[in-house]
Amino acid sequence: MTTVKSSNSRRSFLKNTILASGGLVIGVNWLTGCKNASSEAALTMPKEWFNFNAYLKIGENGVVTIFTPNPEFGQNVMTSMPMIVAEELDVDWKNVLVEMAPHDPTKFPDAIFGQFTGGSRGIMSKWEPLRKAGAAARQMLKEAAAQAWQVPAAEITTSAGVLTHVKSGKSAGYGEMASAAAKIPVPEKPTLKEIKDFKLISQSQKNVRGKEIVTGKPMFGLDYKVDGMLIAMIAQPPAFGMKLKTFDGSAAKAMPGIKDVFSIKTYNDGFEKAMFDTNAFPELVAIVGNSTWEVMQAKKALKVEWEAAPATSDIVEFRGNKRTFNYPAGLESSADHHAKMTALAAKPGKVMRKDGDPEAAFKKAAKVIERSYSCPHLAHNCMEPMNFFADVKGDKVKVAGPLQAPGIIEPTLAARMGIPIENIEIEMTRMGGGFGRRAYSHYLVEAALISQKVNAPVKLMYTREDDMTNGIYRPAYHAVYRAALDENNNLLAFHVKVGGIPESPLHADRFPAGAIDNYLAEEWQLDSNITIGAFRAPRSNFIAGAERSFLDELAEAMGKDPIEFRLELLKRAKENPVGEKNDYDAARYAGVLELVREKSGWGKTAPAAGTSRGVAAYFCHASYAAHVLDLTMENGKPVVQKVTSAIDCGIVVNPDAAANMTEGAVTDGIGNALYGEMTFKAGAAEKTNFDKYRIIRMSEAPKAIDVHFVKNEIAPTGMGEPPFPPIFGALANALYKATGKRVYRQPFLGEKAVMG
Amino acid sequence: MRSLHPNLYSSSTITIMATFNLNINGKKQQVDVDPATPMLWVLRDHLNLVGTKYGCGIAQCGACTIHLGDAAMRSCVLPVAQVGEQPITTIEGLSENGDHPVQKAWLEHDVAQCGYCQAGQIMNATALLKANPKPSDAEIEGAMNGNICRCATYVRIKAAIKTAAG
Repeated sequence: MTTVKSSNSRRSFLKNTILASGGLVIGVNWLTGCKNASSEAALTMPKEWFNFNAYLKIGENGVVTIFTPNPEFGQNVMTSMPMIVAEELDVDWKNVLVEMAPHDPTKFPDAIFGQFTGGSRGIMSKWEPLRKAGAAARQMLKEAAAQAWQVPAAEITTSAGVLTHVKSGKSAGYGEMASAAAKIPVPEKPTLKEIKDFKLISQSQKNVRGKEIVTGKPMFGLDYKVDGMLIAMIAQPPAFGMKLKTFDGSAAKAMPGIKDVFSIKTYNDGFEKAMFDTNAFPELVAIVGNSTWEVMQAKKALKVEWEAAPATSDIVEFRGNKRTFNYPAGLESSADHHAKMTALAAKPGKVMRKDGDPEAAFKKAAKVIERSYSCPHLAHNCMEPMNFFADVKGDKVKVAGPLQAPGIIEPTLAARMGIPIENIEIEMTRMGGGFGRRAYSHYLVEAALISQKVNAPVKLMYTREDDMTNGIYRPAYHAVYRAALDENNNLLAFHVKVGGIPESPLHADRFPAGAIDNYLAEEWQLDSNITIGAFRAPRSNFIAGAERSFLDELAEAMGKDPIEFRLELLKRAKENPVGEKNDYDAARYAGVLELVREKSGWGKTAPAAGTSRGVAAYFCHASYAAHVLDLTMENGKPVVQKVTSAIDCGIVVNPDAAANMTEGAVTDGIGNALYGEMTFKAGAAEKTNFDKYRIIRMSEAPKAIDVHFVKNEIAPTGMGEPPFPPIFGALANALYKATGKRVYRQPFLGEKAVMG
Repeated sequence: MRSLHPNLYSSSTITIMATFNLNINGKKQQVDVDPATPMLWVLRDHLNLVGTKYGCGIAQCGACTIHLGDAAMRSCVLPVAQVGEQPITTIEGLSENGDHPVQKAWLEHDVAQCGYCQAGQIMNATALLKANPKPSDAEIEGAMNGNICRCATYVRIKAAIKTAAG
């Protein structure tokens, strides 16, 4: 990657996209986005670009631009996705420019597999399309050279952007052949490289936006600006279970710089929602003005009356399936939630899987171990609060900002505005964090409605308080685990019963299902009007910690080493699995446990005096992660000295970036396990900003994190989420070793018996 | 240094706009704003310096950190009227070409994930190193604890600060 002296690549790019018709004046130098300055050398920009496919174009001088299809929220797809294309194209990375692709379902079809960031499926779902895009262009270049040189294409080789025919001694750069090659029909099944021949993949490359980040260049939605743009904010109900009654905007409207105050309904009544159309409050009051500070002041002068909301329901459609979600009336509280979950956990649940005869096994057990675990709601708290830019001109809509699921919101926006989907242009800015929250981009629709009303370009911005209290939260969950042991401490049966508000975190077919003859999985759920949704590794982010704490306790009761006990179960699942529907690969699962055992010196190297260790592993998002966590207790509080991690996510495209992701997941997980908690009282989110909502800080982060990857040739599986869930269990198990007491209720810091 | 001119009267509010002459990144800048406006919004809305980020508005997250003189300040709670003639440095003015030793160390360790908080982290770290060129781990943690990184890149932030300290 190299510095470019001019930014005209963007302009030529515009020619090929619907962006060209926008004609917006960018106030700040938004166009610096295509530069990368990690190398000191400067690239000369081509005079002309030749388009090969949706993913790449080549200039006449051999410079290549690669488009990243999926939105970037810190998982570094802006770097790793182009690496995959560059590998198959066989081009020098120093000759590559990277740009965010526009949202374009015709080029990247399918709302989820097209341009979606979430579910750790970016690299997983794009591995083949990205490889094919690079390989197809390479094949077209070879064909063009073969025609020009009148030699067989099969005799032409490529290396670092140069085509060579050894027999005739001819060679040419990609740029020289680009014009002719771009006219050759795109091969449907291009020949891909052998994995052993990879030169770029698995070689760490720096973040292509690193220089822009450390110099404060405009990149994020909140940085977006055009001439004449107004600022908008919202006023929302003070509690879940309440709605707008009436408002008086006259005083606010009379404030300096204020243009208008009005209410908006995000979706029309009876609208059939798509899966990410969840929104906390259907009707809001919008305040629009010239500058952020003026709008903030006017918001304080706004007079609004709220009233109790009736029970409502949503019909949500996803890929042809329709589900109804019910939101009861009333003002809920976290204390009530916990009491209700405990009561429901004592009743029979819905049986989701049953192997053998668990009831009989529990009856004849010499010993039954039963433990309950719970966790609260969590707020995502992305550092960049929710925001979006919108410019509605008649039946044309341009929106720009941070979002994870453009393909889901686009039809929703078209329906709400009553315009054809082709009239919508979505520009995806870099996101200041996502963690699932920005899959739910109702704020984009809100911005468009506000722009339409004031007939001007608008940037809608949530304050931190709006963001934290207008959440699509991680649900509160509860789990009961039971194990039946015989008189010799052999495991006879395993029973898990879990539920939550308002959904269950159960994965009935995951480990230890398949490893135990008598197995029962039940679930329950309780409706709520507090909006919930995906939060980094949904469901797994709770159930992994609960399960791994229970297995640790079980291993101890059985007198077994916790890693050895898990490996025994996995051996059974691999060699002689119970049931046919087991949702994990026992060999890969065991692989990360074996690797983390080796790298941490588990059972071999005694940890330093005063240090306690815990271990956990988990499978989710098609990948496997294991952690060994070492901690000391200082003044009654845990200090994490070291975490050793072993990850199997298949081929690792950009190892240092994947290590960074793992370090972040580990630290984020420790923070959420110890401190993470959103509580509600009379429907109101009680934590409204970072003075009350505790986020892990530097002094609380692990002192060292040592990340290892299993080396294999499996096509990449998930990376952003899998290391997150198991760290909760590793921390809980280390805390037990340190204090002699188990933690059962998140956040662990609230466990006074353990934490003092 | 500033002139007051009542700009708008309403029944409930009197806002007095004022002209402020500021010294930002070595350049004289004039803005005409409500004196209570935090520097964060003066920078972002009026001067197009958007590298300084909004995170919380109550000095709890550090995303808006700038330098007032040599000191790290949370610009979200610093009214423009309190700045006077003290020079302000933002992330855009930290170095000519993004080659401040702290910026270089950030790139060397490839610190960023989403990157949103990193300008504030860098501004806080540079102020720390100016005051204390060889901080201990505990001193780094103490100085940096006010800066939240939601992606939790703390291990790399600390490593980069140590590299920059040499």
